[in-house]
Amino acid sequence: MAADYDLVIIGAGPGGLTAGLYAGRAMMKVLVLEKLVPGGQIIVTDWIENYPGFPDGISGFDMGEKMKTHMLNFGAVIETAEVQSVDFSDWVKKIELNDKTITAKSVILAPGAAPRPLNIGEEKFIGKGVSFCATCDAPFFKGKTVVAVGGGDTAVQEALYLTKFADKVYLVHRRDELRATKILQERAFANNKIEIIWDSVVTGMDGLFSVENVIVENVKTKEKKPLAANGCFIWIGILPNTEFLDGDVELDESGFIVTDPHMATSVKGVFAVGDARNTPLRQVATAVGDGAIAALSAEHYIENM
Amino acid sequence: MAGIIELDDDSFEDEVLKAELPIMVDFWAPWCGPCKAIGPTVEALEKTYGEKMNFVKVNVDENPVTPSKYGIQAIPTLLFFKGGEVVDTITGMVAKEKLEESIKKVI
Repeated sequence: MAADYDLVIIGAGPGGLTAGLYAGRAMMKVLVLEKLVPGGQIIVTDWIENYPGFPDGISGFDMGEKMKTHMLNFGAVIETAEVQSVDFSDWVKKIELNDKTITAKSVILAPGAAPRPLNIGEEKFIGKGVSFCATCDAPFFKGKTVVAVGGGDTAVQEALYLTKFADKVYLVHRRDELRATKILQERAFANNKIEIIWDSVVTGMDGLFSVENVIVENVKTKEKKPLAANGCFIWIGILPNTEFLDGDVELDESGFIVTDPHMATSVKGVFAVGDARNTPLRQVATAVGDGAIAALSAEHYIENM
Repeated sequence: MAGIIELDDDSFEDEVLKAELPIMVDFWAPWCGPCKAIGPTVEALEKTYGEKMNFVKVNVDENPVTPSKYGIQAIPTLLFFKGGEVVDTITGMVAKEKLEESIKKVI
């Protein structure tokens, strides 16, 4: 049985697009499947300033477009489709889409991740004050007060972006120190629009039509208080988009795909890259590196089949 | 209707609220990456369903009145109107199938 493709890449974020570029350049027949739009999480990132080669920074959307164009130039093809399930039991891997099954000699999993929700009933306020995307929604909060939740790079960087519009930004963080890189911390401490609420978590929110109050609880004193705010931006980490891989490859206890240094998963011929992988750092730069390695590994695997 | 027409605060009432066909309004802004990202999907759907319903866009930067009237605080937001009433709302980037589902319900 012949396979439709040498390589199918699931996900068109920076990791998947780089793997596609390398594989296309190696003259492999490559298909990249993307359920939304190429670019991945960088599409909702206002400005990327830590990717080498762009000393003035670049908007996430523009970077995604450039990576997509760059990959297409080397012959890989993108199709918009959501993978329903996979079957890796045979040497020809099967990928089930809504309307068809496609087959490949090798697969690179690059499904990325999605923002982790608070799970405190905030869903009903999504689009009505609750947001995961400052670059989309910050301008709606001009002159208002907003809450940003989290203490990592994303939370602090986006809280800083919010200060361009909002009059006041409460940064609510569950610990007594930030996890974000030092340069971002210093900018946050120096910004007089940002007030950090330490040792605290968001436990609820209320409002008639949209968010009016965000309830925070101090984890040490257990004291609860409402913050009058019109918006709540949530950046408390990510969840890997690996549900469709249920039982097909080894995942760690948090649902991230387990790989070796060659990006090989527990299944021969199946590789994984980027934010969905069990990696110590989740950046565009690391996803790109993963993608290059995985493409080479896939090429070697096919040559030795 | 041919293509996706850009409306403003002044033309909104005539074009949307008095429209005979169902209509999808795409609230967007030039600074919004996800809005630009879903653009090609909306254009493709207009080509398929453009005979049965209208597709329009409103730039929220240049037209603050309409988004505020509909309580829009996030973009992209797609509002589906039928007989001048909002019958469905989609907020954020979603898959083409999800958009198609909403379109099929309204036409």
